[in-house]
Amino acid sequence: MSDKLKLSDLNSILKDLDVESLEGVTIEGDIELDIQGGGGMNPAMAYALGHEAAQISLHVANIARMLGYPVDQLFAQCLGAGGETAALQAEPAIEELMQTKFDVARSSEWNTPIQEVTLGATSADGGSRGHTITLGGEKAMPFYFDAEMPNRNYVTMDVFDMPISMAKSVKSNYEDVMGDPAEWAKKVVNEYNADMVTIHLISTDPLINDTPAKEAAKVVEDVLQAVDVPIVIGGSGNPQKDPEVLEKAAEVAEGERALLASASLNLDYERVAKAATDYGHAVLSWTQLEINAQKELNRKLMKQCNVPRDSIVMDPTTAALGYGLDYAYSNMERIRLSALMGDDELNFPMSSGTTNAWGARESWMKESPLKEDSDWGPREYRGPIWEIVTGLSLALAGNDMFMMMHPTSVQVLKEITQTLYGNIEAKTPDITNWITAEV
Amino acid sequence: MKINSPLDAYKYLPGTNCGRCGEDTCMAFASHLIDRSKSAEDCLPMVEEDKYAKKLEELEKLLAPEIREVTIGTGEKSVSIGGDDVLFRHKLTFFNKTAYAYDVTDTMDEKELEERINTIQTFKKFYVGEFLTLDMVAVRCVSGKPETFASTVKKVIGLTELPLVLCSFDPAVLKAALEVAADKKPLMYAANQENWKEVAGLAKEYEVPVTLFAPNDLDLLKSMAKTFAEMGIEDLVLDPGTFPTGKELKTTFENFLKIRRAGIDGDGEVAYPIMAVPLTAWMAYDDDVSASYWETVVASVLTVKYGDIMIMHSIEPYALLPEMHLRDTIYTDPRKPVTVDPGVWEVGSPTADSPIIVTTNFALTYYTVESDISSNKIDCYIVVADTEGIGVEAAVAGGQLTADKIKKTLENAKFDLKEKTNYNTVILPGLSARLQGDVEDKVGSRVLIGPADSGRLPGWLEKNWPPQNK
Repeated sequence: MSDKLKLSDLNSILKDLDVESLEGVTIEGDIELDIQGGGGMNPAMAYALGHEAAQISLHVANIARMLGYPVDQLFAQCLGAGGETAALQAEPAIEELMQTKFDVARSSEWNTPIQEVTLGATSADGGSRGHTITLGGEKAMPFYFDAEMPNRNYVTMDVFDMPISMAKSVKSNYEDVMGDPAEWAKKVVNEYNADMVTIHLISTDPLINDTPAKEAAKVVEDVLQAVDVPIVIGGSGNPQKDPEVLEKAAEVAEGERALLASASLNLDYERVAKAATDYGHAVLSWTQLEINAQKELNRKLMKQCNVPRDSIVMDPTTAALGYGLDYAYSNMERIRLSALMGDDELNFPMSSGTTNAWGARESWMKESPLKEDSDWGPREYRGPIWEIVTGLSLALAGNDMFMMMHPTSVQVLKEITQTLYGNIEAKTPDITNWITAEV
Repeated sequence: MKINSPLDAYKYLPGTNCGRCGEDTCMAFASHLIDRSKSAEDCLPMVEEDKYAKKLEELEKLLAPEIREVTIGTGEKSVSIGGDDVLFRHKLTFFNKTAYAYDVTDTMDEKELEERINTIQTFKKFYVGEFLTLDMVAVRCVSGKPETFASTVKKVIGLTELPLVLCSFDPAVLKAALEVAADKKPLMYAANQENWKEVAGLAKEYEVPVTLFAPNDLDLLKSMAKTFAEMGIEDLVLDPGTFPTGKELKTTFENFLKIRRAGIDGDGEVAYPIMAVPLTAWMAYDDDVSASYWETVVASVLTVKYGDIMIMHSIEPYALLPEMHLRDTIYTDPRKPVTVDPGVWEVGSPTADSPIIVTTNFALTYYTVESDISSNKIDCYIVVADTEGIGVEAAVAGGQLTADKIKKTLENAKFDLKEKTNYNTVILPGLSARLQGDVEDKVGSRVLIGPADSGRLPGWLEKNWPPQNK
């Protein structure tokens, strides 16, 4: 069979044979399958021919393999199966990096922006604040590359209407202003760079001083006079007294678009909501680490109390680092993800009582009460970082506003969140040789 | 993990319910495969019988996490990093806590080296029934001399069992260190654009995991990962560079997000653990406190978002404590119950004269109280009320801790205060003071209000226990 095989020859050879295998075939010379412009070739015939040709080449290949020729490598090359080839080679001697491009998709699930809520009113809006603050507006998880974050995080610093007990390293910053909420407010704004001030009317608690609501409201007026940043008004946490206190406070702050803290399921939230809508304030919707309770309260505020969407901020509760932050973190993260995916009962900016970090013993206790623990080091440094890390992790979960206390904590938290926001210009060191850095 | 329901896993199992894995049914076993508390090899019939060999292989492939798991070190102290399947911890949990390595250098004198390593390997902090500790030592070659580095590495091995990261960009230096340390399976740091060929050779020769370093160049990082994988080196760790400040830090954060998202989304060429080097904060700040603070802040951001291993410098407790707690926070299994069983529990060997302390069944509260008492060798009873896993302050506000609950706990435990104790007095946590009257009425005992933090219980008990009159 030294002659060339033509299609017609193949056809005639195989036509009447039931070929299952070819045995004892010798092949000489080139094999050339000459398929010419098959005008009029029956597709079924072409398929049959193809099949037979493939069968033949398989047998031929088997023969070649028996003779020791690297058939598989040849096939792999022909068919483009590089891996097969590589496996057969002894060692890949890679001399050049295999070039490839990094690529990652943007999220397609996040299709609903977080509701924007503006706090504070300037003279143009009938208030007396120097500027306003807008929370929310995110279209992605915080600081993610999927979408620009329109508004940065803000810090509101705590001011109390009476001296309170607090960790030593916090207290040392406020001893001179403890008896005067207005001076206290000035200090946090002018010296500690607070974006906002939260005035906590804790003396109104019947178990503390039982200050009448009307009297407490005067403190709110004083603070509004003292500083021109937007304010948050907090009660004492007493569910019986708070609605009345917040009503009076809302009245004296009319037009300033304050944030009333808080409406919750365990008090008469309707009264708080009505105070907000009557006097043009926003309301803080506070629940305890429970996503469904948060949905329920937000729904009630919207449907039952007619609070407009642009006047609701949520506080899903902050548990301190080491004291349940895992729940607080996941709760916020789940709320924010659901919101971005379109849950309109959770689609609001969030606030964190980051000050709660000072409840953790690690932040204030002089040393560990446990003899087995390693030395905890000086608490002056431990406390602020406890508040920072508590807040920072929640910033990454989706938190927009931080209620804080320690000046160092405020400064560092603002620095890192604004850095991630892209707002901080800084010369960064050359890290290519960090291994030999002298530190 | 390519499958996520027990039913999917069940299809590959023998279905004989033989029970040799310790589960009653293959279905129960399947659900543990999905939550990773069991692995396919725990099914003994599949391992032993040839007819299941193919299915076992397929199942293992399907169960393999999206992000490759890399193990560094040997023995009990070895650490595994990576192995994750989700981008958000509440969806499954993050596996393998971020490994924290603290640095030493080959220019430290013997004493300094010894002290520092001692701090790193002995630092511990009690938390919820166990101690939080640090994981690794990173040895940096500052001298530039192979012999010096190798001898330091040798010293370090003599001082600690903790796994090591060997840091140098000079292949000769790395080789010298591997000569003395390879059998400890250290992580080699690092291959970069210049040295990758030699470093790949070392990784093959000594069979150790290796870090790829491409500061802010994800194309290069991916090209290196692809090339190394092609050479059969797959225990890889990716370092996209940790720029400590400014817009570059924002980019660093985004790089971490991008690499992990691509990996979880199925780009196998970058599905490896990620390394952060918050130590670079020390290159940006001069004073120790600022540098420590900023290092902790950078470490926190990258612990929350996908750093699997990091190299740090500060061993000040004010930096270590928050770092350790945050990583525990992020890597705690959100599906794990965090309560202890309600009841009346004994600490030490209490007698009829011992104090009876009330607390909640939130695991953290319980263990805090328990350890504060036991470490001070105080014998007492702890009454653990079922507050549905909520701490004292919140449980009082939310109505989970009430006089009725305390009464019920004592009744269920058949603990009669009048019969079993001499004082008929219980101690309430300081934060639940408002329950005092109610408890007195309903439990029929005297009530003392303890301190707000159980850390002060020892001192408080000295003054207030036993109560004045019976």
